[in-house]
Amino acid sequence: MKGRVLVVDDDTALAEMLGIVLRGEGFEPSFVADGDKALAAFREAKPDLVLLDLMLPGRDGIEVCRLIRAESGVPIVMLTAKSDTVDVVVGLESGADDYIVKPFKPKELVARIRARLRRSEEPAPEQLAIGDLVIDVAGHSVKREGQSIALTPLEFDLLVALARKPWQVFTREVLLEQVWGYRHAADTRLVNVHVQRLRSKVEKDPERPEIVVTVRGVGYKAGPS
Amino acid sequence: MTGDSAASAPGQPGTRAGRPVGRKTAGSRWGHLLDGGLLRGGVQGSPVLRLFMRWVRRPLLPVMRLWRRNIQLRIVVTTLLMSLGVVLLLGFVVIGQVRNGLLDAKVKGSQSQATGGFTAAAQQADSAATAAGNEGPDPGGDSVKNVSEWMSSLVESLSSGGQGAFDVVTLSSSGAGAERGFGPRASGGVDPTLSVPEVLRDRVDDGAGAAQSYTRIVYEASTGKESQPALVIGKQVNDPYGNPYELYYLFPLSQEEKSLSLVKGTLATAGLFVVVLLGAIAWLVVRQVVTPVRMAAGIAERLSAGRLQERMKVTGEDDIARLGEAFNKMAQNLQLKIQQLEDLSRMQRRFVSDVSHELRTPLTTVRMAADVIHEARVDFDPVTARSAELLADQLDRFESLLADLLEISRFDAGAAALEAEPIDLREVVRRVVSGAEPLAERKGTQIRIVGDQQPIVAEADARRVERVLRNLVVNAVEHGEGKDVVVKLAAAGGAVAVAVRDYGVGLKPGEATRVFSRFWRADPARARTTGGTGLGLSIALEDARLHGGWLQAWGEPGGGSQFRLTLPRTADEPLRGSPIPLEPKDSRRNQELNNAGLHLGGGSKLATVPVQTAGENVQTRAPIELRPTGATPTVDPTALPGDGARVVPRPTGAAGGHSDEEVDDEAGDTGERPSQGGAEQHEQGEAFRGR
Repeated sequence: MKGRVLVVDDDTALAEMLGIVLRGEGFEPSFVADGDKALAAFREAKPDLVLLDLMLPGRDGIEVCRLIRAESGVPIVMLTAKSDTVDVVVGLESGADDYIVKPFKPKELVARIRARLRRSEEPAPEQLAIGDLVIDVAGHSVKREGQSIALTPLEFDLLVALARKPWQVFTREVLLEQVWGYRHAADTRLVNVHVQRLRSKVEKDPERPEIVVTVRGVGYKAGPS
Repeated sequence: MTGDSAASAPGQPGTRAGRPVGRKTAGSRWGHLLDGGLLRGGVQGSPVLRLFMRWVRRPLLPVMRLWRRNIQLRIVVTTLLMSLGVVLLLGFVVIGQVRNGLLDAKVKGSQSQATGGFTAAAQQADSAATAAGNEGPDPGGDSVKNVSEWMSSLVESLSSGGQGAFDVVTLSSSGAGAERGFGPRASGGVDPTLSVPEVLRDRVDDGAGAAQSYTRIVYEASTGKESQPALVIGKQVNDPYGNPYELYYLFPLSQEEKSLSLVKGTLATAGLFVVVLLGAIAWLVVRQVVTPVRMAAGIAERLSAGRLQERMKVTGEDDIARLGEAFNKMAQNLQLKIQQLEDLSRMQRRFVSDVSHELRTPLTTVRMAADVIHEARVDFDPVTARSAELLADQLDRFESLLADLLEISRFDAGAAALEAEPIDLREVVRRVVSGAEPLAERKGTQIRIVGDQQPIVAEADARRVERVLRNLVVNAVEHGEGKDVVVKLAAAGGAVAVAVRDYGVGLKPGEATRVFSRFWRADPARARTTGGTGLGLSIALEDARLHGGWLQAWGEPGGGSQFRLTLPRTADEPLRGSPIPLEPKDSRRNQELNNAGLHLGGGSKLATVPVQTAGENVQTRAPIELRPTGATPTVDPTALPGDGARVVPRPTGAAGGHSDEEVDDEAGDTGERPSQGGAEQHEQGEAFRGR
């Protein structure tokens, strides 16, 4: 399994500790401590995953997250000390796939990283349709009338999960399990935020979604194709 | 006293007679007006009139409301009414004075004129009598004709001296005139009998002196003249034959009346102007005061509505400006204070947030390091290995304590936000129960769910509700002494409820309301051995409050306890009751009552009936029946629904292994790890180590 992880954290002790744990689990960590240098380091290291602290000197984590997301769909896991609504949601909205709240246990962190990297394993060739979208699962592409729509891997997974079972209503908990790899309930805001992000890319009118439909009180389902 | 008071002698000042006349006239007119019913509340009594008044008053109500609310209107109207009163009073006084002055002069002149006339008449009579006497005694028939002629000439001569300023009337004295044959005579076409009032004639007949009165001169129809007011002075005089007759002087007062009405007109016009002007002035003056007051009122309203930057406009240095300045200063200070408080609150939140970050980063490092060491402990010597275990365990505890502290301070800072959406409580309960399963297995406890046949949906924050329930269930298992734990669900009315019942040591009386206190320990002496933070139930209570719900506890010593979470079905809906009674049916007290065949007997002491059997009861118990919360009584007077904070005594927790680790691993969410309630701290040390 590929395992290049870029750790963006200004706390050297924590970074070093993260390095020890990650190496112990077979990953190849690289480090950057400054928000301003994060993007350059990202381009240089070409990591498979970014561990990003939200509070950084120079550019803050949110900004870094936005910059990385602008040029890559690489999974980003935020490290945050604040589980308050606003911070987490802002982080997720700026493009992070998942977050983990300090203090965390090494096992938890590794499980989260593996869950993010897992889907890089190649899937079977499969064609799916949802609404007027055509999804090529193996080719990792989504097309509307021949035009491809750029999605991050996470958004793609979310869309595929919904499209595979268009008859089923997915609760947020089920989506967390299937897409994020949580073994049990976690923060459903993850789902909410990413559904919003997905809608903004695939819906013609994000205010009136037709692809990812909300089932009030239950969760989400794929729109009729 | 009447107006026609007799003047004892001609020539005497008539002022006394004149004044009362004027005053009396005015007074009686007022009296008439008053008696006429304007001020005599003649409305009472008659129901018809009352009805009429009500009918009249109804359209007046808005006017009255305006009257009550509008100070400007009130002041202007009051000013108008008062100035009207003053002007009227002034007018009457002035008119009275003018009238008196005019009449006094006239009366004096008239009296001297009349006195002169009477003297002249007497002289003429004397001279005529002398002449007649010289001619010799006159036989009766002639004398009548003579007197008649003489009388006519007398009237003629007397009236000619006045040049129309007065008229003269002669009347025969009553009784005597008719037989003596001469009738009334008058100059200037005056109707003699109508113009002289009877009362005056009587007085003239009676006395020797002159008498006077006011009257109206009535002219004979042939003259075509209008009647006019006049002063009449009369006296009994003898004719040449010594027979008495009445001689009257009539002085018309039309000139005086004209002057008086001119004065009246002038005064009325002036008065009207004064009143209107005063009204206008009052309006303007009041407006100057009222406008800033109204502005202040409006701005005060806006200030209280939260627009703190509103200020009054201040011009000049007068009292109004001072009011404005003071007002603005007040607003300024208010704004400053509120700003300070807001800043403080923001700083507090910011501080909590920063502390959170600052503490958590090193803690993460420590935590990871400890875990790495812990993983490798098999290679260590026993002492170091045990140290590594203790380190890892206590780090767990430290972490949950920190998390709970931060959560509590978030509540205190008012930073906790509710993310309510419709959720099915059954799912939350199942998640919680399956999460607590490993712990329950270790304790030998069975967790049963009752009342989950139908969906129990409420608008709630799933994360928070789950945290509350996890806390309650874990507590129940920990203190349940291996006996069953029952989780009941119910919905009724606008509320849903989840009750967690255990049959453990229960709650001791006298510890009421304390279970939810921060860092509350059932037994302080042994407190420090626990792994719980002592904040779990406090946080649960805050979570319930955030939902507008209740979290309440009931318990009896040795009989277990029940914790009940009641939530409104929709957010913002106030709770009125709970679908589940706080005191369970299988409480020892209720069972005792049932055994005795009573249902609501009072005052039974808590018996020492063994608690078990409850387990069976529970299973056969059908879906919870709704009982009004008000009927849950006798537990503790403080355990009233409504604030969610009141609690019934809870005893010391049961002994039990601390299984924080497993539960948390299941939950996998360090931020929301369940915190064990304050009561679970017995023999924890051993259990802990034994794990």
